[in-house]
Amino acid sequence: MAKKKQPPAPDISSVDVEQWLHMYEQMVKIRVFEEHVNDLYRSAKMPGLAHLYIGEEAIAVGVCEALNRDDYITSTHRGHGHCLAKGAEVDRMFAELLGKADGYCRGKGGSMHIADPDSGNLGANAIVGGSAGIATGAAMSIKKRNTGQVAVCFFGEGALGQGLLYEVMNMAELWKLPVIYVCENNLYNEYTHYSESTAGDFMARAQAFGINCVEVDGQDIREVYSVAQQVIERARRGDGPTFMLCHTYRFHGHHVGDVNRSYYRSKEEEDDWKTNRDPLKTLSEWLIGQKMAERQLFDTIEADARSEIEKAVEYALNAPYPDVSEVEKHVYVE
Amino acid sequence: MSTSNSSGERIITFGEAVREALAEELRRDETVFMIGEDIAEAGTAFKVLTGLVDEFGPERIMDSPISEAGITGIGVGAAMTGMRPVVDIMFGDFITLTMDQMVNQAAKIHYMSGGKFKVPMVLRTTLGATRRSAAQHSQSLHAWFSHVPGLKVVVPSTPYDAKGLMKAAIRDDNPVAFFEDKMMYQTKGHVPEEEYVIPLGVADIKREGTDITLVATSSMVYVALDAAEMLDEIGISAEVVDPRTTFPLDKQTIIESAKKTSRAIVIDEGYERYGVTAEIASVIADGAFYYLDAPVKRMGAMDVPIPFSPVLEDLTVPTPQSVTDMAKMLTGVV
Repeated sequence: MAKKKQPPAPDISSVDVEQWLHMYEQMVKIRVFEEHVNDLYRSAKMPGLAHLYIGEEAIAVGVCEALNRDDYITSTHRGHGHCLAKGAEVDRMFAELLGKADGYCRGKGGSMHIADPDSGNLGANAIVGGSAGIATGAAMSIKKRNTGQVAVCFFGEGALGQGLLYEVMNMAELWKLPVIYVCENNLYNEYTHYSESTAGDFMARAQAFGINCVEVDGQDIREVYSVAQQVIERARRGDGPTFMLCHTYRFHGHHVGDVNRSYYRSKEEEDDWKTNRDPLKTLSEWLIGQKMAERQLFDTIEADARSEIEKAVEYALNAPYPDVSEVEKHVYVE
Repeated sequence: MSTSNSSGERIITFGEAVREALAEELRRDETVFMIGEDIAEAGTAFKVLTGLVDEFGPERIMDSPISEAGITGIGVGAAMTGMRPVVDIMFGDFITLTMDQMVNQAAKIHYMSGGKFKVPMVLRTTLGATRRSAAQHSQSLHAWFSHVPGLKVVVPSTPYDAKGLMKAAIRDDNPVAFFEDKMMYQTKGHVPEEEYVIPLGVADIKREGTDITLVATSSMVYVALDAAEMLDEIGISAEVVDPRTTFPLDKQTIIESAKKTSRAIVIDEGYERYGVTAEIASVIADGAFYYLDAPVKRMGAMDVPIPFSPVLEDLTVPTPQSVTDMAKMLTGVV
């Protein structure tokens, strides 16, 4: 692993307690959402595939809280967290996951392709690294239209194996495009530890292009948010792209069906991350320790999230499927 | 340099017609820009874009690194966010490098997003053999994109068509692949001064006839026209139909012609197997079956990697003589 490059000292003094609590709410929303995805899938109510974001919530929320609604993101197959953090509604998310007509993509995209122009979400992408071009192109468009927006490209460390990423990082730095490449290193390319797939140093790969590089603890939203703010502002000023390496962990398997994981990682390792590096716990314990919030407040926040999400699941389960006439619609813009 | 023919009509080359279309659209719409390898000062390897950078500047005629996947992906992202990029891929053989961005991204985004996003982008590239450029610079791979729902594919044959179709392609809200035969850049033809646009999906009858239909694309139109002249001398009247776009495909015009003549040969420079000729032949077989007096025949590039040696390369593509021989066989004239 790379020698940890010290990020600029996080300045969190300007963040008030209401903001932290909002970020906690967002993280809880993602976690509870994903727990329900797990249940729906395992009870055979949800078709297809589901890749859960549980454990990585601080990255999506920390980065998206530093963005404006009209800034762009691109996401991955493990994308529910990014979509929710950028402003998607849980009911329409569930509707999409269940293939219903009220879903964000009229049920035509599903779990791995949620897209929502209203919240600046250019789409989750089921090709590993496949959205790097789109995010970089959006950044080029921002620069040409001179709108002051920023584009964020979320991807896992598995995407470091894809050539496209290096082609577009080169151009992004060459042309100082306002794009942030957020690498979520959850340690596993599917079922393979990154050390078996990735030679050399993660950071050096981006440094080779002269790109601004930062490395953060992806389990600590205080660090993610403050560093994201700095690099996003830097991009907005016209100073170019950043490669932001976030160390994190996927608490569940690669997908919902990946239950027996002992052949690629140990129970002890999983327990250690869940017990000691849970991003929700890290934030709530800190707020309690700082006497900025009472413990019971977090129970209330979680209960509220559960109630909202249970309603959304109910709504989605009862929502209608698309009409069969939809199958040939939207192949082309008419 | 334009000249005039005996009727006083303006005559320009195919390359000039393409450049004129691009310049007019760049002038008309400030969201149009071009990106590609050596397209600015060099004006492309074929000099088709010479002078555009002088008028529109390097921000709109952008030289890129040699990164076909990267610039195509950037085109997709820019197109999704308000721009109309024209991505220049120097040789059609290099579209292999753009495949994920074209097939999994550009072609599917409108559908996957339930119609919310669109990708108004043109990928401009070449096709055609007999330039002694060997196996990696001579292929005609337009069938590959024609296979994919969500993409449109243009294969112009004349300067007039090239200009009008390029303007339509740029204005289209879908991703369009535009293939120019690199052997035709010096081909001359009538192109009026005044503006016109040719809709995608409308075939053109390049020569009327009564005994046999020759459906031909791109430079194969000239092969077919030359064959028609040779056939005329022995009393066979050939009709030459140019689909102009392989998708959308103007099935009706092709079927009507085959019904009228009762015989058809489909000529295209792509590999013969699983190609454009197979698709169009099946359209004729389906639509004109009861009117046909002979099996529909296909003539494409020989199913071999394009060889370098001129004596070998010339064997791989249809010629006026080979088309004439096939037509004579079908019409029973020996």
